[in-house]
Amino acid sequence: MIRRMRMFLLIAVMMGGMTALAQTHLRIAWYNDGNEGQVMQDLLNKFEAQNPDITVTLDTVSYAQGIQQSLPLQLASGQGPDLARVTDLGGLEKYYLDLTPYLKDPSYWETNFGPFLDWMRPAGSKAIPGYMTQLTVTGPFVNKTLFDQAGIPLPQGDTTWEQWADVSRKVAKATGTPFAMAMDRSGHRFAGPAVSMGAKFFDAQGKPKIDDPGFRKMAQLLVQWNKDGTMDPSIWIGTSGQYAAGNQDFINGQIVFYMSGSWQISQFASKIGNAFDWVAVPNPCGPAACTGMPGGAALVALKETKHPEAVAKLMEFLTQPDNLAEFYARTLFIPGSLSLAKQGIDFQTDNQFAKAALQTFSSQVPKLAPLAYKLQAYKYNTTYFNAIRDRLTQVMVGELTMDQAVQRIQQDIDEQLKAAGSSN
Amino acid sequence: MRAESDPGGARRALSVARRAPGRAVQGLFNVLMNALDFVMAPIQRAIGVKRMPWVFLLPNLAIFGIFVLFPMLLNFYYAFTGGTNLFPQNRPFVGTSNFQRIFNCGNFLQPSTCQEDTFWRAVHNAFIFVPAQLIALVLFALITAMVLNRTFRFRGFFRSVFFYPVLLSPVVVALIWKWILQREGLLNAFIQMLGGHKVLFLLNAHWAMFWVVFTTTWATMGFYTLILLAGLQSIPAELYEAGAIDGAGAWQSFRYVTLPLLMPTLLVVLVLALIRAVQLFDEVFAFTGGGPGTATTFIVQYIYNTAFATQIRRFGLAAAASVLLGVVLLMLTLVQLWAGRRSDAT
Repeated sequence: MIRRMRMFLLIAVMMGGMTALAQTHLRIAWYNDGNEGQVMQDLLNKFEAQNPDITVTLDTVSYAQGIQQSLPLQLASGQGPDLARVTDLGGLEKYYLDLTPYLKDPSYWETNFGPFLDWMRPAGSKAIPGYMTQLTVTGPFVNKTLFDQAGIPLPQGDTTWEQWADVSRKVAKATGTPFAMAMDRSGHRFAGPAVSMGAKFFDAQGKPKIDDPGFRKMAQLLVQWNKDGTMDPSIWIGTSGQYAAGNQDFINGQIVFYMSGSWQISQFASKIGNAFDWVAVPNPCGPAACTGMPGGAALVALKETKHPEAVAKLMEFLTQPDNLAEFYARTLFIPGSLSLAKQGIDFQTDNQFAKAALQTFSSQVPKLAPLAYKLQAYKYNTTYFNAIRDRLTQVMVGELTMDQAVQRIQQDIDEQLKAAGSSN
Repeated sequence: MRAESDPGGARRALSVARRAPGRAVQGLFNVLMNALDFVMAPIQRAIGVKRMPWVFLLPNLAIFGIFVLFPMLLNFYYAFTGGTNLFPQNRPFVGTSNFQRIFNCGNFLQPSTCQEDTFWRAVHNAFIFVPAQLIALVLFALITAMVLNRTFRFRGFFRSVFFYPVLLSPVVVALIWKWILQREGLLNAFIQMLGGHKVLFLLNAHWAMFWVVFTTTWATMGFYTLILLAGLQSIPAELYEAGAIDGAGAWQSFRYVTLPLLMPTLLVVLVLALIRAVQLFDEVFAFTGGGPGTATTFIVQYIYNTAFATQIRRFGLAAAASVLLGVVLLMLTLVQLWAGRRSDAT
């Protein structure tokens, strides 16, 4: 009897071990702007139910420290996850897995995600590393209730940055709001307004070039607004060396005009609720354009994975039209799939402000300047953005003059590109 | 009833019961020692008694070698390499160019004239922070230790209170003070309650530096107070009594008895605090992030930013800055050893 029991136990342990060996486990490095982690988890649960041999863990980390700082180091050391949600689309391209050999229908990916795949792969390459979990457009949000309380109408039509600053200051003064404006502490957020002012960012040979009147004009305005109290200084001046968002201050009604982007919609819909009326407004204008920046986040497969087939299977599941539609509808993200964008998404929100904001940002897409797309597709754009962010902050606190800052930004970009072995 | 009829038996039973846990521990200890002997005896036979200390040192030496010595040597090698690859075998040798870059400066007193201006801003900040924090720390720790050395009610409680911040994680300390000092923080609420205006404490370079000195002093003072308290308690009371008989006042007692006898301890405290101040990173990173601008960026944060917080990571440059910091710390450690020996000698 005892012998039989021992045999039974041994077989059970061996079978358990074999099941564990047969199980494929995937990890995704993920960050959240709003509710997308929950929506993704629901889809992963569905995937696991359909594929009992694969389990997936969603590792949610902070955007600034987790995705921007730690993930590239993990990838460089060959210890990264199987998949990751990233925004430095071109900068990390050497770590991406080309899914093409593992996909049942690569043409589906080219048809639906083609233009955005170019952001993730070297020029001329046909690799398929992933798909956009969201397309983003930078642009401003306005606390409309404050305008109503001040009795000042919202500007209509093409409105310049200076005009928005003037009117926001008036509203802030009339309503006792601490700050008229805020902008996320990000070179990417600054880039759209700079292009509107006429910044070129590249010379005739396509090499990085910062110093031009358009760039200086927007840089000067940003510095001035941070110095004179028009903008909330805690965002740019109060942070150093990393990204900072002004969303909490906007949610708390501390800001009239907030320059951020479409990814904030879901969060505003859930956190602001009925506290006040908020609207997204078209990008303010400069002499050259009225543009924001395109951008977005992509879920990419990573080269170091030991389970490329399982990763491809998961990617195919997530990009099925129904699943993609569910993801975009519930997260209130602008779809990164051309067919779904054409077909339209039935966004799952009763919040009228969120619906109107989605409409506003969608209408901005055709108005984005070609230079904004070029800058977004540039592999080392993050080097631009970080140098601009940190050096302009030094001007705000008086450590550098504008001339010195412009010179330093150019130097930072050139030296870092040289270190990376890139000629442009 | 039984106890009354056999009181001696009950006492014996109680005594056996009391000794039972002790015997269990002793038994366990014996089993462990026998097991250890089972492993060690053959080793000792093989290598001899004289070489046995190496066997006991080996685990610690291995940990030290893997986690301290090897990274140090690797860092030294990185300092002479360039490019952005992580693995040393993929990094080109560039000689001393990383060091040359750091020292390429028009005027060391004006960081904006230096090629690596942020490094020199960090050095300048350290030259302000380190003396300020050292003076504040030693002064307040000494005063607190002297107060706590006196006999008064709840002395034990107050000794714990002053030591309590030392137990907190630096990040927790930073967050607590950030909440107090931010625009909508506790201190501004208090200022407004008194009719004042909000002060943007962490957005002004001078205020930010002041608060960094204040919070780091607050957080570490307890540790140094404890060391100084031990030093004060080792001064014989007879010396004060003799001084009092000779007519010495409080100041004279302090000047001619306390200070000379406490000097070796004070020197150790000074050097320990100096090393810690030069290495400062985590608290400030969580507290001000190095801002506003670069007003509270120190050398370790410069190293971190250069190696990890940019899109194109310059590990070689960061490693070169680490080597320079290492040289400074080495010199300070030698001073500490000298101070320690002097303290032991007295």
